[in-house]
Amino acid sequence: MSKLILDNKSYNSRLIVGTGKYKDLNETKLAIEATGAEMVTVAIRRMNIGQDKNKLNLLDFISPEKYTILPNTAGCYTAEDAIRTCNLAAEILGGKKLVKLEVLGDKKTLYPNLTETLKAAEILVKDGFKIMVYTTDDPLVAKELENIGCISVMPLAAPIGSGLGIQNKYNILSIVENATVPIIVDAGVGTASDASIVMELGCDGVLMNTAIACADNPVLMASAMKKAVEAGYEAFHAGRIIKKKYASASSPTKGSLFDNK
Amino acid sequence: MNIFVNQKKIIIPKESTIISILANLDIEDKYLAIEVNENILPKSEYDKYIIQENDKIGIINAIGGG
Repeated sequence: MSKLILDNKSYNSRLIVGTGKYKDLNETKLAIEATGAEMVTVAIRRMNIGQDKNKLNLLDFISPEKYTILPNTAGCYTAEDAIRTCNLAAEILGGKKLVKLEVLGDKKTLYPNLTETLKAAEILVKDGFKIMVYTTDDPLVAKELENIGCISVMPLAAPIGSGLGIQNKYNILSIVENATVPIIVDAGVGTASDASIVMELGCDGVLMNTAIACADNPVLMASAMKKAVEAGYEAFHAGRIIKKKYASASSPTKGSLFDNK
Repeated sequence: MNIFVNQKKIIIPKESTIISILANLDIEDKYLAIEVNENILPKSEYDKYIIQENDKIGIINAIGGG
């Protein structure tokens, strides 16, 4: 695969993974290693004061020295909250301003609130943040977020954690065809073939969390997803055959032993 | 005096700083951010800012998420 370039850094892996929902930090570390991911998302929260003092923190297991840490604004329902979270993230990570912007509109579907997303994106970009933005598969909004200055647009395949895979291939295709920034499908992927389909549409990457963390065997699913993203990328770049209504024989008829009409 | 740390009321001595609070809670100052009344306190102020009565201190870190 050619390298994925984000915020002037190049990545061998086109799979970005979340760090939530695992049974423990050890499983998180093993699964992420199996994905080959080089960028991982984290959430920004109040520290659990009074927890077991020997309990290690996530960044002790998933080191910012080894991985690009992509803090998200999960749980934010307004632009104001998202902006505050991004500023806290930058403070935690020593001034680094690469963030995943998500501003939610509804607790049941976790669908993004596009009005607040656009508002937050505009303010954050002006403040020097490098935004990878979670959005719907609406092609017009995707282009608007790109025009605002987001470095990557991340349309959902389906609701977060739903495992449904891409619900509207034609919208994703439209977004990809009109984009000049990397398009990374984020949310809703369920299994390996879903990830391959994302890449076969020409997307630049996939971001997932639940599909791996909540699989029966997360480390095995992590390995499957790594291969799926690579397979989908290669299939897209190989140039697939067109779909035909009728058969087209794979073996020549000339010289056939039998006279079949 | 009373202050709030991550929404929990605690009693601390007067003239406390963020450094003394982190030490009392046995929290290492690594990969975290501090808010005082919803404003980020720069690291350079952790040993300078004198915590006031009823200050709301937030100790924020990164955890697993998608």
